[in-house]
Amino acid sequence: MLDNLSLLVDAPVLNAQLLLDGLFIGATFALAAYGMALVWGVMNIKNLAQGDFVILGGYIAVSLSSVGLNPVLALPIAVVIMFAFGWITYKLIISRIIDRDLFTSLLATFGLAIVMAQAMNLIFGADVQTAESGMDTLLLGDFVTVNEIKIVSLVIAAVLATIVIVFMKRSRMGQAIRATAQDVRAARVMGIDTDRVYAFTFALNSAICGAAGVLISMIWVIQPYFGITHTIRSLVIVTAAGLGNLPGVIMAGFGLGFAEQYAGFVFGAEFQQATVVGLLVLILIVRQIQQARHRQVVQ
Amino acid sequence: MSTPVIEIKGVSKSYGGVVANRDITLSVKQGGITGLIGPNGSGKTTLFNSIAGYHPIDGGSIRFMGKEISDFNVQKISRLGLVRTFQQTRIYGKMDCVRNMLISIPHRNATWRDMFAPYDKKINDRAEQLLEFVGLYAKRHLPAGSLSFGQQKLLEFAMALMNEPKVLMLDEPTAGINPTLINGLIDRLHRANKEFGITMFIIEHNMRVIMNMAQHIYCLAHGELLADGPPEEIQSDQRVIDAYLGAH
Amino acid sequence: MRPAMAVFNKLLYAGILVAGVIAPMLFPDYTLQLALLWIMILFSLTWDLQGGQMGYNSLGNIFFFGAGMYICAVVQIGLYYDVADYTAAFGAVKVDFTDQQYFTGLALGVIAAAVASIGLAVIFGRIMFGLRGPYFAIGTLGVALAAAELVGTWEYVGGGGGISLPVYPGDPDVRSQFFYLLCFILTVATFVCLRWLYTTRFGLALNAIRDDEIKAEAMGIHTTRYKTVAWTVSAFFLGMSGALFGNMIGFIEPLEVAFPTTTFGIFMVLMVLLGGKGTIWGPVIGAVLFHVIKEVTWTYMLGWQWITLGVLIIINVIYFQQGIMGWAQEKWPERFGLVVDRRTTISSKEESA
Repeated sequence: MLDNLSLLVDAPVLNAQLLLDGLFIGATFALAAYGMALVWGVMNIKNLAQGDFVILGGYIAVSLSSVGLNPVLALPIAVVIMFAFGWITYKLIISRIIDRDLFTSLLATFGLAIVMAQAMNLIFGADVQTAESGMDTLLLGDFVTVNEIKIVSLVIAAVLATIVIVFMKRSRMGQAIRATAQDVRAARVMGIDTDRVYAFTFALNSAICGAAGVLISMIWVIQPYFGITHTIRSLVIVTAAGLGNLPGVIMAGFGLGFAEQYAGFVFGAEFQQATVVGLLVLILIVRQIQQARHRQVVQ
Repeated sequence: MSTPVIEIKGVSKSYGGVVANRDITLSVKQGGITGLIGPNGSGKTTLFNSIAGYHPIDGGSIRFMGKEISDFNVQKISRLGLVRTFQQTRIYGKMDCVRNMLISIPHRNATWRDMFAPYDKKINDRAEQLLEFVGLYAKRHLPAGSLSFGQQKLLEFAMALMNEPKVLMLDEPTAGINPTLINGLIDRLHRANKEFGITMFIIEHNMRVIMNMAQHIYCLAHGELLADGPPEEIQSDQRVIDAYLGAH
Repeated sequence: MRPAMAVFNKLLYAGILVAGVIAPMLFPDYTLQLALLWIMILFSLTWDLQGGQMGYNSLGNIFFFGAGMYICAVVQIGLYYDVADYTAAFGAVKVDFTDQQYFTGLALGVIAAAVASIGLAVIFGRIMFGLRGPYFAIGTLGVALAAAELVGTWEYVGGGGGISLPVYPGDPDVRSQFFYLLCFILTVATFVCLRWLYTTRFGLALNAIRDDEIKAEAMGIHTTRYKTVAWTVSAFFLGMSGALFGNMIGFIEPLEVAFPTTTFGIFMVLMVLLGGKGTIWGPVIGAVLFHVIKEVTWTYMLGWQWITLGVLIIINVIYFQQGIMGWAQEKWPERFGLVVDRRTTISSKEESA
């Protein structure tokens, strides 16, 4: 471990590689986290199946790429499919747990996570997979390699984020969503069909996850049981950034990306998962200390 | 009737830009009933919360029985003998009334061994006596959550008495209660004050109630102390009347 | 309690004890499954202590199970051999325990597991109990997952490869019965202990914390003390159960055996949900039902087991959250000593302004 640390100091260009890789993957983390924050903020549902939605999106890309469709082109298809999937999931399950206590929503989404992960395992098998995009690797300077696909992914992530933000600000549904998030009763009184808003929000989250999943399948790997780790990543980011804080989510997403890359390099690849979970526990502890100073409890 | 049990000096508290309490100074004398009135939003419950330890205050001092409590937490303050009831009545819904009472015994001197002790007959009897005192004896085995709103308020009051407080802070004890039952409640408050010797500090909106009960009344408006004095003075104080009628 | 109920209770307990003792003799082929059933009951009882009685839904109780398992194994081996050498060689180092060494190691290992679990509960309790609601659940899940990951990288205890435990000196059938008996005794002890706890002030305080923690704090209850002690009690029994389970399986591994958050960890919750939260028998009934049905149907499900499990969780939590005991208590409240006011509440109209 110390050898790796000293390597970072001796060869600063390694830092550039880690930071770049962290940036690319962090963007996808931020996307998924934003979706989670959306559902949490609007519907007060903590979606423990978030990561599985991401992986599902990835598998759509993988499946389509195995029949020859480039994953970048598969993205819009995946988004549409995942939107529909999210809508159906809302109608079947989520609509029945709105306004119920925390235990219900946590357990129901956890059950959903199990169902999804196991179903994907049955359908796609337990191997890790990637969606091949057939792009080249660039060489920056002498030591830093960047897959072109990663740059494409970052651009797509930025574009998607912008679309969603503009949508939330300008469109009628976006405004309805924000109104419902602020005060459900008032929204209903104003004639907003809050059930439709909830369905749309959840479906939108599913679509965002799907997009993130496609990107992850292009620049990294997916596997049916990786869902829980992605869920935890989203939780880490949302907890660190707070619910209404979009710039915070983006920063935290990148931060998590950097942290994982560095931890993987310094401690070894097998520690990467442990890093994510460890960060979660750490952030909860930090939050708790902060709240204790204000004599509140972490709700 | 002369030493103050609660002494508040220059207490201020802001929430996210809004000044809820600004430089409040008041004192609650021992043995009597002190009232706190003011229109909605004047900062009464915030002041209660500050005293009870729910949040740190931005400035000033709060002393209870001569001890500075402004940086104590809720449990510590409660164990010193300063007990409060809540505006939205809080009781333990799934437990029956007797159990609600049993768990409300004072935990001041609770040792680790007390944790695992059963409840003896003396405590049980006291619980039933207090339930009788507030008129809930017949319902004592019902789950607290199934009681009506007014009954829950009475239960909360009984639980507070069970806690053997030195000072009881009541947040709108008659709110939402049918006028015909208010007299019964006032009567019990008086008796608790006289027979059990509990000092009371009461937030009230019902003027008839508070003017009849309190020896001294403080009026808040817009987060500041507007006026204080005995009921007769406050009743005829033009500033208080204006505050309620919204002239401010 | 009415005399008839008291007699019924005594018969019930006696019946269960007898059935527990003779079961492995009646069904010798299923001894280990029966032993696992007792562990499942222990899982439910200890989870309910946090989830049902106290209102803190822990998704990470399995942490103590795995910790106890590893600590016991390390003690069992470490008393007589060097653990690092043993794990580095993946069992190629020949270990030969005498009977006395085996049993001493086992006994000390179980005790060590219990003591260490208490310590862990105290330490992690400090951290976890400042969190409320979803953060507590997520935090505990995080701790359990982190433990699985970190132990998996710790070469001293065998890393991802795991540890083989000392072999029981004797006939395999006797071995099964031996561990069955230990699991049985441990679970009965857990039940007795919890049942007693719920009759004391401790039980009442936990319920108060569940019903309204803010009120409990406002009334001066030492909520942190109670929460930590409750978790310590759970940890105590869970740690020992882990130690026994590890020895029963013979080989322990971090993700699948010691810290299985997505299997045992979530079964704990589901079993209590099925049987009824916050009651003493609910977890027992739920565990028995779940385990029996699972063992019977598992092999026929051809890959659909886990999906069925997930669907079961969803359906249970949405439609049947009160569980069997909850449902029974609603239907026949008087049988359970609950009092219900059947008059229409004219009084509430009288009293509200």
